[in-house]
Amino acid sequence: MEKIWEGLTQAAMLIVGFDPDLMEITLLSLRVTITATLIASAIGLPLGAWLVVNRFRFRRVVIAIINALMGLPPVVVGLFVYVLLSRSGPFGVLGLLFTPTAMIIAQVIIITPIIVSISHQAIRELWADYHDLLISLNATRRQRIATLIMDGRRALLTASLAGFGRAIGEVGAIMIVGGNIDHATRVLTTAIALETGKGEFGMALALGFILIGLAIIVNLGVHMLSRTERGSRW
Amino acid sequence: MVTPLLPLKMENVSVRRGGKTILGPITLQLADEGISILLGPNGSGKTTLLKTMHGVERPNTGTLQWNVGAEDARLRQAFVFQSPTILRRSVLDNIAYPLTLRGVKRAEARDRAEAFAARVGLTRVLDQHGMVLSGGEKQKLALARALILEPDLLFLDEPCANLDGRATRDIEEILLAVRAEGTRIVMSTHDLGQARRLGDEIWFLHAGQLRETTPKGQFFSEPQSDTARSYLRGDLLP
Repeated sequence: MEKIWEGLTQAAMLIVGFDPDLMEITLLSLRVTITATLIASAIGLPLGAWLVVNRFRFRRVVIAIINALMGLPPVVVGLFVYVLLSRSGPFGVLGLLFTPTAMIIAQVIIITPIIVSISHQAIRELWADYHDLLISLNATRRQRIATLIMDGRRALLTASLAGFGRAIGEVGAIMIVGGNIDHATRVLTTAIALETGKGEFGMALALGFILIGLAIIVNLGVHMLSRTERGSRW
Repeated sequence: MVTPLLPLKMENVSVRRGGKTILGPITLQLADEGISILLGPNGSGKTTLLKTMHGVERPNTGTLQWNVGAEDARLRQAFVFQSPTILRRSVLDNIAYPLTLRGVKRAEARDRAEAFAARVGLTRVLDQHGMVLSGGEKQKLALARALILEPDLLFLDEPCANLDGRATRDIEEILLAVRAEGTRIVMSTHDLGQARRLGDEIWFLHAGQLRETTPKGQFFSEPQSDTARSYLRGDLLP
């Protein structure tokens, strides 16, 4: 209990003091995770809608696989991306290993299945309702997907936020592909792992509280923004 | 001069579901003007017939031949479903939606939607969310959304089921006005009074078979088929 108290006071001091190292790793955490969430949403939301409006032979299999991929172990994803990006790997020439870009790639792989799966669930009900009307109005496949994404945007926001939540707290994959290099690839989660390893529990806890606070602020912020949006009050 | 959409020739059209024939075979020609009322007990195939004519339900046998190409035909007709589908948007955007699908600019689509909303009496609720409307208003919204395409042929599947007398009268008035403008209407109903008020001819469907297509006066005074006779008497048909 004493340690937790110590962590809280230390967190407060770090924040009040605008600790430059803290600012740096917090901003990198946000940058990496927000970028990964945006990319994964750009892939995952249309894919989720596409899976709803299309009937093809292996649809069930594809959906089952995507659901299974939600539980993908981040360490394995990290290892996989590491092998691909390492000097001797197929993308070694790009020199991406131990950069924030490598961390974004790993996070996109981890959270895209989550976003696809949740958006698929959310849009399926909407499609059941819209189906006859959109067919009757001769909407093209692209228009159907666009309509479902537009009208289901509240539920889809939840899908994206779930992806964000998974990515911001992720440590296994980005530790491997980022390397937790000070002033380069150190983010909140890898810093927590480091401080804990060093026995600096106060610092580790402080960073932990900041991480949780950050996740809450982002979620609240997004919900407040979306509520003020016109015509979405439902 | 635009090629007329009608006549529509249906030949030996039948629809099967789960190994059972639920409609047909039906041979029918849809032409002329006016309102055809489709009567028949539950499960007789009214909705299936309407959806098959409209093209959202595919027949297992038989052919539908429009006077124009099949794609052109689809663009010149509209359908109002029994339980209106309301998009999760404002009333105005709901009504404008079919136009935006066809590439009409948003501002113009909204202007025209406003005019059609006025026509069905929804001007007061334009900016409200579609989902908060009453049952009658939702059905009017669906009607305006169908009419904004200015279809040559309008299908309605029991548009006044679950509506009270006032909403029903509003919708009937709109339909008569639409008919007067030359739109061909085919609608199903359970309401014999409505059939009398609106119909120019009556189609009677029973067990997937079209028992008669008779002018209204004749249908109610001397129906041709036994089943129609007992239906009008109020008997419960098997």
